[in-house]
Amino acid sequence: MTIAAADELDPAILGAGLEKRYGRKRVLRGVSFAVPRGGFLVVTGANGAGKTTLLRLVVGLAAPTHGVLQVAGERGDLGFVGHEPLVYGELTALENLDLFGRLYRVPDRRERSGMLLERFGLWEARSRRVSAYSRGMVQRLALCRALLHDPAVLVLDEPFTALDEDGAGVLDSELAALAGERTIMLSTHDPSRVAALATDRLILA
Amino acid sequence: MSAASLYAADVVALARKDLRLELRARDTLPAMLLFVVSTLVVFHFALPAGTGADAAFGLLWIAIVFTALLGLARAWAPEREGGALDGLVLAPCDRSAIWLGKTLAVLIFLMTAELVAVPAFALFFAPIDLVAVAGVVLASVGICAVGSLLAAMAAASRGREVILPLLFLPLAIPLVVGGVGAGISPEGAAYLSFLGLYDLVFAILAWATFEYVVTE
Repeated sequence: MTIAAADELDPAILGAGLEKRYGRKRVLRGVSFAVPRGGFLVVTGANGAGKTTLLRLVVGLAAPTHGVLQVAGERGDLGFVGHEPLVYGELTALENLDLFGRLYRVPDRRERSGMLLERFGLWEARSRRVSAYSRGMVQRLALCRALLHDPAVLVLDEPFTALDEDGAGVLDSELAALAGERTIMLSTHDPSRVAALATDRLILA
Repeated sequence: MSAASLYAADVVALARKDLRLELRARDTLPAMLLFVVSTLVVFHFALPAGTGADAAFGLLWIAIVFTALLGLARAWAPEREGGALDGLVLAPCDRSAIWLGKTLAVLIFLMTAELVAVPAFALFFAPIDLVAVAGVVLASVGICAVGSLLAAMAAASRGREVILPLLFLPLAIPLVVGGVGAGISPEGAAYLSFLGLYDLVFAILAWATFEYVVTE
């Protein structure tokens, strides 16, 4: 994968002929797409079609076996929500965001953490260990972590999973506020939920 | 803030996170302490009277190496659960800071166990001098530097419980040789130099290669 300087690349994310194999098992085959700056690409497909693998390729957690993948910007410009929350269960929400805020060089990370926790309805639970959270609360925290450094490119793997109506509503508002300003790539089994915001759709078979 | 200060701050934050996790979960250090003390107690009662200090030093090192292995096997568990390692890998910090933070944390756990093990050894077996203590410290640095890298490799695989000892124990043999030599040889300083060189070479190797261990 190539990560290009932000102003070198017109499509923010460009994939051409992507293939991914794990041993003899081919998970992705010949996937090509382009997401312009400020674009919103919805990725859909049946279970096992390779949505998660594709998003992990885009953020650099896996490397394609064949093909070209270019993502504009630097590593710290990406925000990622995966199937796992990418946080520590034995730390509190505040401690998790403080650690990741430091590593992502977030200026005023405490204020930013507090603002996000409040927005996602976790402020009251900020000092509880994440291991005591419900699945939906963990997903809210994962979204806070992904948005903490105000990334230019957001990659979200089924972000509505486990969220209740309130949580999903907050995410809807966040996505609506970010659409057009940030480049977003989102996988979902319910494309109608983001149909109004999406600029393109990639269907994996 | 300079790049070096930022790097140091990242390392400290990551090591402090591991200490905080251990203070809460208490699932590594108590096991290490229990193991090292019980091993020395068993050796004390199992060995025949009059066993020489040379043989006893070998037993101290068996206890230390397997205590370290116990800690290393758990070292990356918090990162594995919940995918936190992916979160760290995606951060724009230097990825070697993740290794160095983990190495520091494991070193603190191991040296805490040794703070109990070395006096217990002196009580049960033979007096221990400053050169031998320096040998323990230097070998511990090497154990943790190499062990943290290998534990990260093992953590990414399915058979991690088998893979870690298979990778770690052969690389720990020179450290045991150096540690025992520092304890019993009249040329202890030469063994300390050997341990220092081992630490330097393997710490540089681990620091430089960690990025490739955690990314595809």
